[in-house]
Amino acid sequence: MGLYPLPISRFSAFALLVLFFIAAPLVMSEYYLTLLSLVAIATVGALGLNILLGYAGQLSIGHAAFMSVGAYTAANLATKFDLPFLITLPAGGLMAAAIGIIVGVPSLRIKGVYLAIATLAAQFIIEWIINHSPSISGGAQASIEVARPTLLGERLDSPTELYYFLLIVAVVAVIATQNLVRSRVGRAFVAIRDQDIAAEIIGISVFKYKLYAFAISSFYAGVTGVLYTYYLGIASYEQFQLGVSIDYLAMVIIGGLGSVLGSVFGAFFISLLPIAIRLVMENVGSLFVEPDVLAQSISQLRQILFGVLIIFFLIVEPDGLNRLWINVRNYFRVWPFSH
Amino acid sequence: MKFFTALGAAALAAGALASQASAKDIVIGMMCDRTGPTSVTGTALCPGYHDYVNLYNKQGNMGECKINAHEIDHEYKVPAAVEAYQTYKAEDAVLISPYGTPMVYALVQKMAEDKIPGTSAGFGTALAGNGEAYPYMFPIAASYYSQAAAAVKFAKDKLGGSLKGKKIAYIYYDNPAGTEGIPVLEKLKPQEGYELRTFAVPAPGVEMGPQILDITRRYRADFVISHLFGRAPSVSLKEFKRAGYPLDKILGFVWAGSEGDIQAAGGNEAAEGYNTMHFAGVGQDYPVIQQIKDMYKANGKGDPDAMQYTAYYNRGVFQAAVHIKAIENAVKAKGSCDVTGEQVRDGFYQIKDFTLGGLLPPLQITKKDHEGGGWVRVFQVTKSGYKPVTEWYRDYRHEVSELLIEEIEKAAKK
Repeated sequence: MGLYPLPISRFSAFALLVLFFIAAPLVMSEYYLTLLSLVAIATVGALGLNILLGYAGQLSIGHAAFMSVGAYTAANLATKFDLPFLITLPAGGLMAAAIGIIVGVPSLRIKGVYLAIATLAAQFIIEWIINHSPSISGGAQASIEVARPTLLGERLDSPTELYYFLLIVAVVAVIATQNLVRSRVGRAFVAIRDQDIAAEIIGISVFKYKLYAFAISSFYAGVTGVLYTYYLGIASYEQFQLGVSIDYLAMVIIGGLGSVLGSVFGAFFISLLPIAIRLVMENVGSLFVEPDVLAQSISQLRQILFGVLIIFFLIVEPDGLNRLWINVRNYFRVWPFSH
Repeated sequence: MKFFTALGAAALAAGALASQASAKDIVIGMMCDRTGPTSVTGTALCPGYHDYVNLYNKQGNMGECKINAHEIDHEYKVPAAVEAYQTYKAEDAVLISPYGTPMVYALVQKMAEDKIPGTSAGFGTALAGNGEAYPYMFPIAASYYSQAAAAVKFAKDKLGGSLKGKKIAYIYYDNPAGTEGIPVLEKLKPQEGYELRTFAVPAPGVEMGPQILDITRRYRADFVISHLFGRAPSVSLKEFKRAGYPLDKILGFVWAGSEGDIQAAGGNEAAEGYNTMHFAGVGQDYPVIQQIKDMYKANGKGDPDAMQYTAYYNRGVFQAAVHIKAIENAVKAKGSCDVTGEQVRDGFYQIKDFTLGGLLPPLQITKKDHEGGGWVRVFQVTKSGYKPVTEWYRDYRHEVSELLIEEIEKAAKK
């Protein structure tokens, strides 16, 4: 069975590729390309966390720490050894995966919130190590400046080039995840998530697959960190603190646990909703209140609205945006003969 | 779906209205954090910024050119700051001021590519003051290097003109920003002949009893230089007080001495004597603050709430004043409101004798030195507020610039 069994999904996957690869760069200004670039980076990170939390059922709140591992690995390789991103990108991911395996070891004995606390410790320990090892954190204030990525001698520095760079990585990540979750490994993850004792009885090595889950998830996180580093031109530990881990958790929960498309939805939603709220408030709000008052209160109002909307979506559909989308799709699939 | 379509339509319609209204304004992109981890600073700093912009627009010193400071709250998140930057760029902002160290780093390269100048007062490293490496970023405030050097000078004056054989303790928040003062203190140690010990306070900085006992009982420091952030300064003051250490022998760096810190330490009575360093004047004893008060009064309103937090409110005024001065210089040079980012950058170099009655240090921004000279002023906490105990000053400039050159070379070698 192929990756996209139905003709309609083959067609829509193709249409989406055309949209993002050809149409978007042609019609969009730098502003919108930047938004899509940020979403592309977030998608990779959200996919990684969804593999761990959504598919394998292991709760981690140290996701951002693995991003910093990837970021600093790539930054050091790029500045000290002058390596191209084709090497630093997987290297950052692999380094994060190696650390991820170490952090994943407690998952063999503890579950649920207890594991979450263990990964929280990883978040702080990794941050501390980076800050206190000049050989890792390099320059001033633990930040390393990195030049923009180069491909075949060409520096990717225009917004469009960077957008393509990020988009290609994100698309590869999406396709790889889609394949992973229907492979033997992916099914083992789901079995462990649903009932680990039963999984062990039917012959799945829980030990092995839990560590796989951590390694793969951390690999994605590491790659996310590398992408941030190249996109922003700097690796800085302050970009990968606890709050970022929480943001990614929000992405996969709102997008839909255990779904590839849900990770993409979540990345879009969490990245763009605050911006959408701000735009609406800036423009509509000025019709009601003085601009001075508005400027001073917009950020508080935005937080309230953001929280309310998240609660709203989770009440409407606790299984996330992906389930919402499936409901809509199923409705139209049989429309107009729904009975 | 309908809901989103309606929202989108409303946004588009209103967007068209809004952009028509502000066609003539000079846009400043002003990032802010009112709701994130540094909201204590942002909720006072950003109102200060807006108040000065409004005051300036009301005074009409630039004729028909009006300043429009577009604030975006990025909650101290880097992706949100990147989005905000692009929003400003699409609005043709001539100056963009990132808020927060990681945001400054994430944008500095892009700003140079796009030729849009910006400031980073109180953020980023001492290296960022190097105008040759970062032609479009202006820290305009004393770096931690300059603060450390000024702190040594202050300690020297306080301890009777010589530091020979004196014991100095440096207590700092254990992160990269916190450690940045150490190289300067180490460098000045041999020539001034003091003894130095450093005491790290781990995050989140609410537990430092052992360090302070160590400083006061075992090491018996003659002077304490304190580089703490967030909740840590107030906790340190309480602990020093408990240990019976004289607070006038402590000097806090620029993020360790706001009204919020003093209130949290038990109020002015409790913190009396504590010395705090600032890169913009504190207190309300400046003509420009009075003018802002008058502006509010003319509108039938009382003083804004944020104004009482003068340490951060005044920094907002300070930043707005420097930004607008640079724009004003560019407008004057060009003779029209239609200035570019490049011209505003040159405007920074022409800022001279502009202190707003002592609120601002006597900045001298040159092509090489974007820090503006590294000026600070020390204010001591009194029963009712602050009193200045020094003029605007700086010291050991030679040593600081030597260190900077070493660091730049190190960074280049990497």
